[in-house]
Amino acid sequence: MKTDVAIIGGGPAGLAAAIEAKKHAKVTLIERNEELGGILQQCIHHGFGNFIFGEALTGPEYAEHFIEQMEGIDVMLNTTVLEIDKNKRMLLSSPDGVFEMEAKAIILAMGCRERTRTQIFIPGTRPAGIYTAGTAQRLINIEGVMLGKHVVILGSGDVGLIMARRFTLEGAKVEGVYEIMPKPGGLTRNIVQCLYDFDIPLHLSHTIVEIVGKRRVEGVFVAKVDENFKPIEETKRFVPCDTLILAVGLIPENELTKKIGIELDDITAGPVVDEGMETSIEGIFACGNVVHVHDLVDDVSFSAIIAGREAAKYANGRKIKRRKIKVKAGENVRYVVPQIINGRDMEEITFYFRVKKEMENVVTRLLVDGEVRKEKRELIVKPPEMVRLKVKGDLVMNANSISIEVKKVA
Amino acid sequence: MRKFICIQCPLGCEIIVEGERIEGNKCPRGKEYVMQEMKNPKRVLTTTVFIENAIHPMLPVRSNGEVPKELLKECMKILAGVKVKAPVKKGDVIYKNILNTGIDIIASRSMERK
Repeated sequence: MKTDVAIIGGGPAGLAAAIEAKKHAKVTLIERNEELGGILQQCIHHGFGNFIFGEALTGPEYAEHFIEQMEGIDVMLNTTVLEIDKNKRMLLSSPDGVFEMEAKAIILAMGCRERTRTQIFIPGTRPAGIYTAGTAQRLINIEGVMLGKHVVILGSGDVGLIMARRFTLEGAKVEGVYEIMPKPGGLTRNIVQCLYDFDIPLHLSHTIVEIVGKRRVEGVFVAKVDENFKPIEETKRFVPCDTLILAVGLIPENELTKKIGIELDDITAGPVVDEGMETSIEGIFACGNVVHVHDLVDDVSFSAIIAGREAAKYANGRKIKRRKIKVKAGENVRYVVPQIINGRDMEEITFYFRVKKEMENVVTRLLVDGEVRKEKRELIVKPPEMVRLKVKGDLVMNANSISIEVKKVA
Repeated sequence: MRKFICIQCPLGCEIIVEGERIEGNKCPRGKEYVMQEMKNPKRVLTTTVFIENAIHPMLPVRSNGEVPKELLKECMKILAGVKVKAPVKKGDVIYKNILNTGIDIIASRSMERK
């Protein structure tokens, strides 16, 4: 089987990339699930698409807008990509068997997955009733299964907050949300609309030190933590519950990416990409949460449009400059995507970055060859909220050094 | 005294209301937000209803406008008893004028007949 652009993953990133790429090339979209839409189908709450549609849609509504535009795209459902090699030959598995496909360009759009209990080391027994937030979301919203009556949530990431509200609306009692950091992990609007609206307590600088229960969760021991995140023994107390939800973060899903030998970024845990969303291997692109975990789906779609367009051009034989200029993360910047500027001919480039610490009244800056070439004021920057800096493409096209920094306004 | 966190922008001002006094907002939008929250807080409701003959057992639905916050639980009780049959189109009205609010509950997605 042969195609021009093969896209792996039919969630928000894959869908937007496919729609853009099909304007210029033959596109095959590969999805392991039985339907398109990815995680959006279980995100039944609203708040998606404020940037793209100017209104707050639910996840399924946002997805359907893109799914409606699949005409002309070869969509393969229930199909998993097992292997990819550097020459863009893939091994796939579907209910019809295992087969090969060759593409001129590939777009990685596998999204991310949740951290589990294994990755955070909570001692105790292993009873039933422990779910990651995303699993709980799927079971309740899609399968229609209610999971428990008394719920404790560990972690204050957005999915955990959304589930706190969802459990409450469905009649369960959420005993509390416990966050090890001194600040919440999710967006402020979710803290307000999912917790405060329903009088759900948020315990900052707290963690779970032990899970109790033989067959089913019977409760958890929680404790306050000190500044080194070590539990303070005297503050340990028991919270009875029958369900524990883990909302302890997301990691880009890059098993395939690693196997191909694509360069990964230690901080984002996703591939290093250039301004056209191309990875370190020519002709293999990546977009959405597989690159770095986003807060807003709109930004996932924007990155996918770039990947779709550039991948189609690559498939059609366009050659680009490869200047490989690293984008440095300067003062109070934890990471920047894209990590590399190759000097593509692009009208504009948006740098996405996260800060290390919260700061009010700042200016975000692009420095090119040591000079400030773009500045933007921000009232506040916080680690859980991604920051954007949009610049004209020709500002960085021929740069020899590029960095992004966040400075306090004097 | 009541405490609010404004969600009109990412600043998230902590606003304290004591009698007639509103303090802590850095801009007029904060005051507006708090006034609305004090007078008549409203929310969009999103949940699911049962669906037959479709790919999944649940259909996601939403209110096509905001309903008073204190009615959310009551709406949930009504919708727990609603069962629809596939096919359904996104935007189809699933429950009309819920609790006489003038707001309809509509389908958040299409689901074909299995």
